[in-house]
Amino acid sequence: MEDLKQKLMKKHLLAPGHTACAGCGEALGMRLIIDAIGPNCIVANATGCSEIFTSKYPQSAWEVPWVHSLFENSSAIASGVEVALKARGKTGIKVVAMGGDGATADIGIGCISGMWERGHNILYVCLDNEAYMNTGIQRSSQTPFNASTTTSPSGSESMGNQTLKKDMIAIANAHRVKYVATISLANPKDLERKVKKAVETVGPSYIHFHAPCPLGWGFDSDKAVEIAKLAVNTGLFPVIEYEDGQLVKVQKIAKKAPVEDYLKTQSRFRHLLKSDDGKKVIAQIQAIADANIEKFGLV
Amino acid sequence: MSKMLKPGINVKPGTSKENKTGSWRNYYPKFDHAKCIACGTCETYCPEGIIFGDKEHKYDADLDYCKGCGICANICPVKCIEMLLEVR
Amino acid sequence: MAIELIEGSLAIAHGAALCRPGVISAYPITPQTHIVEDLAKMVADGQLKTEFVNTESEFGAASVVLGALAGGSRAYTATTSQGLALMLEVLYNCAGMRLPLVMCCANRSLSAPLSIWSDQQDAMLMRDSGFIMGFAEDAQESLDLHIMGYKIAEDERVQLPYMVNVDGFLITHTFEPVNIPDQKLVDEYLGSYKPFQALDPANPITMGCFTEPAYHMDVRYQMHKANLESTKVIEEVAASFEKKFGRPSGGLIRSYKLDDADTVVVAMGSITGLAEEAVDTLRGKGQKVGLLKIKTFRPFPTEKVKEALSGKKHVIVMDRAMSAGYGEILGSEIRAALYGISNQPAIDSFIYGLGGRDIHEDEIIGMINRPNPGTHRSEWVGLRPDLLEE
Repeated sequence: MEDLKQKLMKKHLLAPGHTACAGCGEALGMRLIIDAIGPNCIVANATGCSEIFTSKYPQSAWEVPWVHSLFENSSAIASGVEVALKARGKTGIKVVAMGGDGATADIGIGCISGMWERGHNILYVCLDNEAYMNTGIQRSSQTPFNASTTTSPSGSESMGNQTLKKDMIAIANAHRVKYVATISLANPKDLERKVKKAVETVGPSYIHFHAPCPLGWGFDSDKAVEIAKLAVNTGLFPVIEYEDGQLVKVQKIAKKAPVEDYLKTQSRFRHLLKSDDGKKVIAQIQAIADANIEKFGLV
Repeated sequence: MSKMLKPGINVKPGTSKENKTGSWRNYYPKFDHAKCIACGTCETYCPEGIIFGDKEHKYDADLDYCKGCGICANICPVKCIEMLLEVR
Repeated sequence: MAIELIEGSLAIAHGAALCRPGVISAYPITPQTHIVEDLAKMVADGQLKTEFVNTESEFGAASVVLGALAGGSRAYTATTSQGLALMLEVLYNCAGMRLPLVMCCANRSLSAPLSIWSDQQDAMLMRDSGFIMGFAEDAQESLDLHIMGYKIAEDERVQLPYMVNVDGFLITHTFEPVNIPDQKLVDEYLGSYKPFQALDPANPITMGCFTEPAYHMDVRYQMHKANLESTKVIEEVAASFEKKFGRPSGGLIRSYKLDDADTVVVAMGSITGLAEEAVDTLRGKGQKVGLLKIKTFRPFPTEKVKEALSGKKHVIVMDRAMSAGYGEILGSEIRAALYGISNQPAIDSFIYGLGGRDIHEDEIIGMINRPNPGTHRSEWVGLRPDLLEE
């Protein structure tokens, strides 16, 4: 078995032994993404799950050059790395900035805006598990409508988070980001293609990855891929692709599912299934999904 | 290997491999090679990246690291992976 | 050897440019703006080859230079006051990651209330950070400390960022004759940046791990020790700088008419120029007064202070910052340095010049000659009685 392992085990740019939860959708996505990026890169990572479970001193799961500074500045750190490479006359190395939804859409939005405005040749990857997961499942601007989190819990007076997801795709396009795409575990080949395309883009690119979180969303450890597929098939997570602000491709929904099929799989939405008010909210969520399907032509 | 601290909190790549996360699991995957069609889907979807194999040898998991999440068993198109209770 | 009459900010810009940082990123804020503008113009006119990055905030600028250092390039930034406060977590990060940034701070008061004028309150935010902190007396020293700063920061025994403190407006916006060293001399003195740690796909490393209790304290100790022991490097660099560029500058402390003095004023920053005049005036009247200039605040030059002030009868410390709810800052550190020595001098401390409040020579003389030496702790000088209740 050992010899076979040595012979057949592929070398991944995210090594095992990291401390992600069993069945972590983010860890899975990160590995697929960094494998697609390849070894000729430098990664600047924000504080968060992706950083904590890979870089506990004195161990690192990263096989590529990688730097972590703070929660909100992976984009600015990456900007510094990119210009340093220019200053040193080193070409051909792709600089990547990575962060969770908190680091990207909330605390780090200012730095990202600056990075995009300056037009750095950097790929920014957002690993969106839809809350501040590493600190204990607190809501972020990417927490879906009526999801229960620890700072937007459902209760007798509340249905959970009352805001819609901040539209990072629109924000990226407004900053004239050259290549903008969403990716999902539902289609790993599409994921790989888009990441490679972003790497080849000269100028800013943005990839938004939907990362199902077993602990934070409340599902069994074997379900991350299944749930990612449901998010896509309901229309709640559109898999789309923009070049220079123009929508160029969408992943059509293979098997359309009603949002309830998705919501009932996760305990963060379970409160919606228990009351009439909850049913009204499910209808509102269905409307969000339908609007996505309409807007992007997903069926 | 020397543990003496050098300036900066830096480490060499891939050193997480020292941490055998296989000790975490309650369930481990058993691969039925007779049923396996070597599609490689399990290898693609392992969050630890520790499933290996090919058409000739079929697929297996590196039990040093397998956390027993069960994703492989869940997405296998021919359901040839069974999650069995780990007995120590 | 060119001597030009230039604005302090331009001297500082020259200081930075001569060190050939590969990346400069600095967000404009009064009174540092001329430094940034001068550097931008040097780049635009082809006099300075660097990657000049205009960011969305000081936080962005500090992060860019940290990233640049991680990417293997010498880097420079400048700020003040609110900008320093905004980038604070990046600067602590930089020191902890042992990256040799050189940063100029045009010392200015901290809001609230908002004030663009000079004091050293902002510098005090950095006191515990691990940065090496130098204080310049004038435009020349401001330039010189940039060159020395890189030499110290990049030394293998140090590997810590360096902060050049220059009093806002007082140095940045006044015109003085400054010797701008030859680029060739600076190149010979500094050499190119050879990072001890940098990101490179050919040799990947993971930078910026987090530490659990089993490691954290030891990493911090190592950083603290490097800062403490950098006194040796700072003195070496001051000596080699004097040898190379022909003038004494920087170092840990400097003194003026100290040897036979029985009364010593201790101060930091541009005020030392005026303090020299007060010393001369009193010497003219037969008082044996001297001046101790603190050139390096961190690492605190305890041994040098003890050596300089042992046997003195009266020490007067001037603080251009204060710790609200306590009072003196530099005063406190001088007291601690002298605690327990035999024949401890009487120590008085005064808080002056906050938010750009002017200070006159007679006020300094007033501090020195105040009756009952040794009983004045953290006394505020120059307050307005018309505004304050008794």
